[in-house]
Amino acid sequence: MTDIATGTGVPPTTRSRSLWATAFMRLRRNRAAMVSLVVLILFVLAGIFGPMLAPHPYARVYSDFVKVPASLEPYPLEAEIVPLAEQALARARLEVGSIEIDGSTLHVEATSAREIDPRVTRYLDRSDLFSNARVVEQSQDGKAIVIEADVQRLRFLFGTDANGRDLFARVLISIRISLMIGALATGVALLIGVLYGATAGFLGGRVDNLMMRFVDILYALPFTFFAILLVVFFGRNVVLMFVAVGAVEWLDMARIVRGQTIALRRREFVQAAEALGVGSGGILRRHIIPNTLGPVIIYMTLLVPKVILLESFLSFLGLGVQEPLTSLGVLIAEGARNMRGAAYMLLYPSLALTALLFALNFLGDGLRDALDPKDR
Amino acid sequence: MLGYAVRRLLGAIPTLFLIITFAFFLMRVAPGGPFDRERTLEAKVLENLNRVFHLDRPVWEQYLYYLGNLARGDLGPSFIYRDFSVQQLLGNGLPVSIQLGATALLLALVIGCLLGTIAALRQNSWIDYSVIATATFGITVPNFVVAPLLSLIFGVWFSLLPAGGWNSPQSMILPVITLALPQVAIIARLIRGSTIEALRSDHVRTARAYGLPTRMIVVVHALRAACLPVVSYLGPAAAALLTGSVVVETIFGLPGIGRYFVQGALNRDYTLVMGTVIIIAVFVVIFNLIVDLLYAALDPRVRYD
Repeated sequence: MTDIATGTGVPPTTRSRSLWATAFMRLRRNRAAMVSLVVLILFVLAGIFGPMLAPHPYARVYSDFVKVPASLEPYPLEAEIVPLAEQALARARLEVGSIEIDGSTLHVEATSAREIDPRVTRYLDRSDLFSNARVVEQSQDGKAIVIEADVQRLRFLFGTDANGRDLFARVLISIRISLMIGALATGVALLIGVLYGATAGFLGGRVDNLMMRFVDILYALPFTFFAILLVVFFGRNVVLMFVAVGAVEWLDMARIVRGQTIALRRREFVQAAEALGVGSGGILRRHIIPNTLGPVIIYMTLLVPKVILLESFLSFLGLGVQEPLTSLGVLIAEGARNMRGAAYMLLYPSLALTALLFALNFLGDGLRDALDPKDR
Repeated sequence: MLGYAVRRLLGAIPTLFLIITFAFFLMRVAPGGPFDRERTLEAKVLENLNRVFHLDRPVWEQYLYYLGNLARGDLGPSFIYRDFSVQQLLGNGLPVSIQLGATALLLALVIGCLLGTIAALRQNSWIDYSVIATATFGITVPNFVVAPLLSLIFGVWFSLLPAGGWNSPQSMILPVITLALPQVAIIARLIRGSTIEALRSDHVRTARAYGLPTRMIVVVHALRAACLPVVSYLGPAAAALLTGSVVVETIFGLPGIGRYFVQGALNRDYTLVMGTVIIIAVFVVIFNLIVDLLYAALDPRVRYD
């Protein structure tokens, strides 16, 4: 993949530079594509840095906060702190005198019929809510005690899932997974498709016939059928799934590149290279593949959302990414199971996936319009 | 025409055979077997089970055995749904899937053609743009997002329609909408594009010159030509719709055959997977044939003999 990219990163002639420049100009005039580009960049940044910056690790379980709805206010809500503290103290068999909250510190005065063990603070620490509980003051006979504890209030912007994990962090990590799968599987499809198509088109004749009939046979297989069989075959392994999805998606790429190659083969510069004694591999690498790049890029940008969709679909069926790692498809499936009472669990991942797909599709359409003047 | 159809159907037999062979061996090569459950069976029980289902024989022997049964119209017993044969499972599920798929298909055709034609006639008006926007939405948003959202909105929040299940005619509504939405979008797009092209074509100009009313020109002359891309799209699409959708059936809890393939593949229910594959393949073959015949009927330039 890098091979090809460097091949055109520095356009060899002024003519091709102007082609790319005009394409970029056309793209900039397309408002939907430019908005999509910005959205996509935000998604990429969210995918790369989001999980690092998220307030909670994506796999951390907060058993006190299972399925709390999305909210800007931190949990526990102001009104819930005192009852929760009372519960914890009741377990410690203390008679609560007064409970006050001062900012993020809990201030408790309590008494008991018997002498109080200072280790009683652990009852507070045990809850996710309070930390660093300490005895401030204890009376001479040990029967009255003043305890202070830090209240830990957690913010769950998107709420938490059925296991008490922060949905915001999980959406961020699944954006990363989706983008990674999109990029990697597209890379695999690109590599196989371009090499296969270029070889078939360049060699021509019986080899070409044989290679393309093989592609036809694979085409005839129902697409999801093939993907699911591959997953069944490789087991539920994320990396292998990248490869499997890419291995399914290379067929179109091969056809496109083959068509281009056949057209290019008869061009003078290829004949010139042949006459100069350049080998087949060299001609493919230096002349054929770089020249097929336009259609390949167009197809690639439309392939990424397709792959992301397929990955989400497989994950939705439970065939993709496995716990505790997650993906948008998994989150949507969980949301669908929990939508009664926890609709936000369905809404946020659905929204994220839809926005991502829209951005990719609009950008792909825009690129096609920009790179392919014939279509205009 | 009839001769052509018969020849095509005969020609499909080797294709089906290849697909069956490929699927059979791919399933068998996949690690695991139908009886690896959470609870391991006793060695003797497992051995007996394997013998009953001929799983102790070499794979090629199982393959020949399967083909032999298939030739007699027997798809074999399901390995997981112990009391059912694959025929029974598919026979119970297929009517449900066909009912849903056919309704969705019809709905999509009517709405899609209508929207597409209107958009083409009012090109670059707000109607056109809203049709294009709707179509983009329908194509981009995947069904596993649409289905739970519809269920949430109409089933849970407003309680207008059943959120799932297969008890009343109303329970068809949401699944049908989910199935039809992307089809409406694609059909509307195709029809819009091809109608715009058809309206510029010679035969439509001639019809105009004759002074035919616009409605007549559109319905009789333009639409007939504009239908062609939709017809060729509809072949595989109809086959996919009628054989059920795993997503829609899972979310709405419907007893169709769409989920059997995924479940079967996961449980290594070999015969059930093969049965589903065969059904899908047969549908694809039949619909492709129908498409080609329709093509000849719609386009006088296409002739088969």
